[in-house]
Amino acid sequence: MSTLRLLGVGWYFQFKMILRSPFDGIGNVLYPLFFATTALFVFRAGQSPRTLVYASLGAAVMGMWSSVSTSAGSAMQRERWWGTLELLVAAPRHFSLVMLPATLGLATVGIYNLAATLLWGHFVFGIPLTITHPLLFALSVVGTVLAFGGLGLLFAVSFVRFRAAWVLGNFFEYPVWLVCGFLVPLALLPGWVRPISWVLAPTWGMSAIRESALGGTPLPDLLLCLGLGAAYVALGVLVTDRVLYDARGRGTLSLT
Amino acid sequence: MAAIEAHELCRTYKTHTGTFRRRTKEVEAVRGVSFTIEPGELFGLLGPNGAGKTTTIKMLITLLIPTAGSARVLGLDVVKDAREVRKRIGYVFGGERGVYERLSGYDNLRYFAELYGVPPKLQKPRIEELLELVGLKGREHERAEGYSRGMKQRLHVARGLLHDPEVLFLDEPTIGLDPVGARELRSTIASLTAAGKTILLTTHYMFEADALCDRIAVISKGSIVAEGTPADLKRGVGQGSVLEVEVYGVDEETIEQVRRLGGVLAVSVEEREQAQVLVVQTQAEVELTSAILGHLNGGQVGRISQREPTLEDAYVALVTEE
Repeated sequence: MSTLRLLGVGWYFQFKMILRSPFDGIGNVLYPLFFATTALFVFRAGQSPRTLVYASLGAAVMGMWSSVSTSAGSAMQRERWWGTLELLVAAPRHFSLVMLPATLGLATVGIYNLAATLLWGHFVFGIPLTITHPLLFALSVVGTVLAFGGLGLLFAVSFVRFRAAWVLGNFFEYPVWLVCGFLVPLALLPGWVRPISWVLAPTWGMSAIRESALGGTPLPDLLLCLGLGAAYVALGVLVTDRVLYDARGRGTLSLT
Repeated sequence: MAAIEAHELCRTYKTHTGTFRRRTKEVEAVRGVSFTIEPGELFGLLGPNGAGKTTTIKMLITLLIPTAGSARVLGLDVVKDAREVRKRIGYVFGGERGVYERLSGYDNLRYFAELYGVPPKLQKPRIEELLELVGLKGREHERAEGYSRGMKQRLHVARGLLHDPEVLFLDEPTIGLDPVGARELRSTIASLTAAGKTILLTTHYMFEADALCDRIAVISKGSIVAEGTPADLKRGVGQGSVLEVEVYGVDEETIEQVRRLGGVLAVSVEEREQAQVLVVQTQAEVELTSAILGHLNGGQVGRISQREPTLEDAYVALVTEE
């Protein structure tokens, strides 16, 4: 109970800080619109409304992913600059429980990204906003947010140990768009890429969102997405103590 | 059982030089520091910048692992029982960092209350009580980015006390505060000791240490060079006297010549408005006024005075000893 409360309170304050950040705010408002516009121009050549919906949903999840992959790194950097990272580590609660709400907060911004992208596509490009299974669609979005938060935790823990790792967050932004099938169907990718796609929760989250919107069977994909998200959290919790011990040994917690 | 025990604590850091041909160098920040602090005691750790004060505190509050030696807080090992230690200690550092500026002061405290495991029912009354204690009542719902340095510092103190810790580590808590703010904070610290808290305080301000601390350890270049009550430390240089000579532009070479005079214990230079004051600590039985003036020959000399040593003189003598 106290763990859930910590996650809830932590999420609330972290989300509040993200909403009050002018830098994150402008990025979060504009990026999804750029992604949507680019994707929809590319796919408009196909002439099929279904292809456009496919692209629109892909662009929406691109925005969600970008929010986590790039912001998780910069959020950790900010904790260093603000001098709050040491205070978080010095708190008696398990550090992963302190960090998970922060990455979940970032992933939550992704819901706005999704909505903004779909509305932009609808009003600017005339793409129909028809969701075949609204409830499953909502569950798929929430499941994807949770899995992204779990993956963000793994990122955040590595950022605590390796100060330069936030650069990797930016590096991972674009390959995941491709590898997880946000814009191009996985079937078109080389065979050796598939195992990488399978272990990445965004692949299954994307698939669940598309299946529920376009009329398919999203549940298996959603369960895989949630399962992988839970595995990321478990791995994050397991490695946190080791990573922190190492950072305390090297004396890097107070460095910016 | 002692509240804090440090036994031969050592800490080295690796630093790098060069860009293309990087070389790793080891810096010894703390070299075998030992001390014991009893429950309810206010213990001061004094030393110049880079002496190892903050590194020592960070080992005690579990943020750094000692390279050698050991430390216990309330009987718990700071490496093996880190989480248990964290539940029982509070940490406050000086300066404006360590605050979530986009949150209000109240929200900062609310967030940390959760992180420090303050029971939900107690959070609100505890935060109200602390806001009152540090004088932030009425401003708590404003964003911390608009707070003055003093207000942020007081917010730090409130955060450090949220979970009512038995032991408090205060790392230069009054640094950069205006005189009134610093005086208020000192009075808060004194009231915490009166309430039975054990406090480890680091500061640069000698009068602060003199007024607050039961005992003091002076740390220089990573080692403790003296330990005792403020009176003990003053007595260490108490047999001597202090000569203050107002000068206008004294160079390093002259200071070195004065330092080499027989009977001189320590020399420092203080800036006072347009003038500098050469502060020379001497042994009691020697009269060095004319010898010192002889070395200042050619330079403009102002007022000359002689006085009894203070804690600051004791400190300067200790940290400038080779």
